[in-house]
Amino acid sequence: MNALTKPANAQDARRAARDHILAPRLETPFHPRLAALDQVNDWYNWAGYKAPHAVFDEELEYFAIRSTAALFDISPMVKYRISGPDAERYLNRLTLRDVRKLGIGRVHYTAWCDDHGHVLDDGTLFRLGEQEFRLCCQERHLPWLLDSDFGLAVDIREETDEIAGLALQGPTSFAVLAAAGFAGADRLKPFDIGNFPHDGGPGCSSVTISRTGFTGDLGYELFVPRAAALSLWDRLWDAGGEHGIRAIGYSALNRTRIEAGFIVANADFVTAEAALRADRVRLPDEIGLDWLVDPNKPHFNGRRAILDARRNQTLKHILVGLEIEGNIPAEHAIVYHRGKREAGLVTAATWSPTAKRNIAIASLERPYGTTFTDDLWVEIYAMRELKYQKMMKRAKIVPRPFVKLARRTATPPGLR
Amino acid sequence: MTSSEPMKAPSATAPHAYDAIVIGAGHNGLAAAAKLGRSGRRVLVLEAANAPGGAARGREFAPGFRSAGLAHLVNRLDPEVARDLGLSLAARPGPAMPTAVLDGEREPAVLRGAYGEAIDGVTAEEAAAFSRLRDKLVFQAGILKRFLRRPPPQLGAIGIGDISTLAAAGFGLIRKGRAEGRDFLRMLLMNVADVADEYLEDDRLKALLAFDATLGIHLGPRSPTSLLGLYYRLTGEVAGKAGGQFIPEGGMAAVAPAFVRAAESAGVTIRCGARVGRILADRGSTRGVILSDGTELTAPVVVSAIHPQATFLHLVDPVETGTGFLRSIRHVRSAGNVAKLDLALSRMPNFDGLSGRDHAGRIVIARSMSHVEDAFNPAKYGEFSPDPVMEIVLPSLADATLAPDGACTLSALIQYAPYRLKMGWESGKPAFLRIVLDILERHAPGIGDTIVAADLATPADIETEYNLPGGHWHHGELQADQLLINRPTGAASGYTTPIEGLYLASAGAHPGGGISGLAGWNAARHILAGDRR
Repeated sequence: MNALTKPANAQDARRAARDHILAPRLETPFHPRLAALDQVNDWYNWAGYKAPHAVFDEELEYFAIRSTAALFDISPMVKYRISGPDAERYLNRLTLRDVRKLGIGRVHYTAWCDDHGHVLDDGTLFRLGEQEFRLCCQERHLPWLLDSDFGLAVDIREETDEIAGLALQGPTSFAVLAAAGFAGADRLKPFDIGNFPHDGGPGCSSVTISRTGFTGDLGYELFVPRAAALSLWDRLWDAGGEHGIRAIGYSALNRTRIEAGFIVANADFVTAEAALRADRVRLPDEIGLDWLVDPNKPHFNGRRAILDARRNQTLKHILVGLEIEGNIPAEHAIVYHRGKREAGLVTAATWSPTAKRNIAIASLERPYGTTFTDDLWVEIYAMRELKYQKMMKRAKIVPRPFVKLARRTATPPGLR
Repeated sequence: MTSSEPMKAPSATAPHAYDAIVIGAGHNGLAAAAKLGRSGRRVLVLEAANAPGGAARGREFAPGFRSAGLAHLVNRLDPEVARDLGLSLAARPGPAMPTAVLDGEREPAVLRGAYGEAIDGVTAEEAAAFSRLRDKLVFQAGILKRFLRRPPPQLGAIGIGDISTLAAAGFGLIRKGRAEGRDFLRMLLMNVADVADEYLEDDRLKALLAFDATLGIHLGPRSPTSLLGLYYRLTGEVAGKAGGQFIPEGGMAAVAPAFVRAAESAGVTIRCGARVGRILADRGSTRGVILSDGTELTAPVVVSAIHPQATFLHLVDPVETGTGFLRSIRHVRSAGNVAKLDLALSRMPNFDGLSGRDHAGRIVIARSMSHVEDAFNPAKYGEFSPDPVMEIVLPSLADATLAPDGACTLSALIQYAPYRLKMGWESGKPAFLRIVLDILERHAPGIGDTIVAADLATPADIETEYNLPGGHWHHGELQADQLLINRPTGAASGYTTPIEGLYLASAGAHPGGGISGLAGWNAARHILAGDRR
């Protein structure tokens, strides 16, 4: 029972609404394990849950993702269960990609917009059955999702609290799964979903594993009912000892996601419902999501606005990958054209140990990034003992992802 | 649905042989069809009922007694629409139809001419004061009126026409001097009670203004912005005079046929008993409709002259419109407050103090401003008025065919009768009818004994009878937040909708309800203008 889901009855609703104040910061189902491993006590608030920035060392955690296997608690990720005879039609209207093309047991990355074509969020859509879907995302959207179901036979439930999620990422992640006895996991291709036996106690006999992740690496995401969380963690942890498994926090994950060129809602763009300022909203084409828009599929929210903006060439922004000289991360640096004219802002930046490049994701104001792509600079303010050291560094637009790993897609995956 | 089922009305022409399909043969649908037809377009009107006319469709409510439908008089038929479409609806020659206000104590106050050019039954000072107020309100309504005959301006796409209308309104505002302009801006969003109190003493006249400002609207006279309803009433004109009213030659039963004739003479095909099941829409544009019998009819333009909620909540597949749009359509406030009573009487009633001649006018039962306000109060809480106010017309006096020889019909619009009645209309209706009949008995003693049949249509009944969500004849509250660029809602104001080729043309579109023909006519003109773009 979650305060935001449809209550079974009025009494449950009242109780749920009352209890939430007792735990202003929720703990995820994996918290006991994370807390036991935690050495730095560096927590942050992820959608109301206590989540680690780092567990023991950001740098070493990064290398766990890229060199061995990393375990990252994704339980706070917002999850909706969408089911019913009209679920496919419902989701096709809600989201940008053609859900009819999403096979059962497959996942796709997608995004959804309001009527004006402004992006509300991006996320992953899991097709668990013909009429059964799970939508995972950063922000909460229940009112929007419920308002979208008018006239449709579909049931929408938030299950963030009920479903525990773990991301197992890194070159040995498959080896960990194999060692943990998940027979057949080798057959999972990228974006495949499989169900695997797991003795999670009463009511849980299986775990849902998808070959997905936010690192651009070989990796999996595992979902179980809340009660089975710790048994799943232990199963992976015990099997992973031989394969260098480490628990990690968001800081390390964030570096890998920048390397992979992924964007984060309300970090790389402001979602339409969160934006207070009228010019902060973004069309898909303005944040690099133009490839999700399928004009040939049935009608979807924002369709006319997006296509009109394309036709009338009124798109205002563009999201680009930048490679910046030097090795100082250019986080939130202003991007200039010819060193003078403001062209945009860096939304995420990091030194990439894997690419050995200083990389960034930036939002530019067109025509910068479209017509004018050369002679770009970023102005980095590096705080050095209470004094800003200003650096004007040359930046070059480069394709994303910055890091492309063959092992991400290799099937069967490597055991190294 | 199956192909083996024969079509009820096989068309001689191919199913896609139309340039435009109009849904609903109400007067707005017929006006739109006529206007489109006159431009040479092949137009098909689809009507679910077995006869055209919409809310102006007549029906037999008791053996031998007929009612002409919801409306029982005409007070806002637009002369430009009538001229353009060749509508032959004119007042009978002779004195204008009067309005008598009955308070049950004093002699009636009878307004003659167009909205009380002369008043009987009040002091000369009071009549003069009413005249000053009337002139002011008519002047102010005149400024608003210029917005009624054109689509509301589209924010972000203000055209030359919009600017000229605004400029003309601005000029109209200062034409009588800065003080008048300022007074207009002061009064625009006031409540009718405060305005009436500024000018008048006589409770009957205040009661009339209160009644006319709020009839068909979920507001009491003391609710903010209630003056807008009176402005709307006074934007209507008859024979060039604002605030007039009439029953056409041949009675109200002549209204629907006049619109039908206008459409048919424009070459429009009207098909009755043809209920639309779905408006075909695909990726943001329409290509026609499917009837509930499965027949598919295609056309590049579909004009929906039925309630916007009926259009988008029932006929258009919800996945074909945006979540935000559908949310705003669902939020259109459209809960009616007026009940319609049709009485079959064995002889003509006799209202106390009213001359025989004035029985042919409009009779308003309202004692005072407070009476109207008190009648409104229960409606806020889902209850009907225990002491309602009403407007009465004796239709058979204008059209003898409505009742058998010597008998009479009475039609009354009664408020407040909220659509969502807490106790439910099943048990509420008999109770409310008893209250209404008691009031009639008080004002026309003996009428009870002459009642042959009584037919009370609550908003719930009106909803069912005329496919009018909420039983609201304006197809959505006529209040400040649902006017102009917000009628019925932002993304569907100005007759276009988020679905290309689908247009709105009912009272739910700008400017609103009443038999004016403007919503349909404006929509058609907008479609035709689009062709030239």
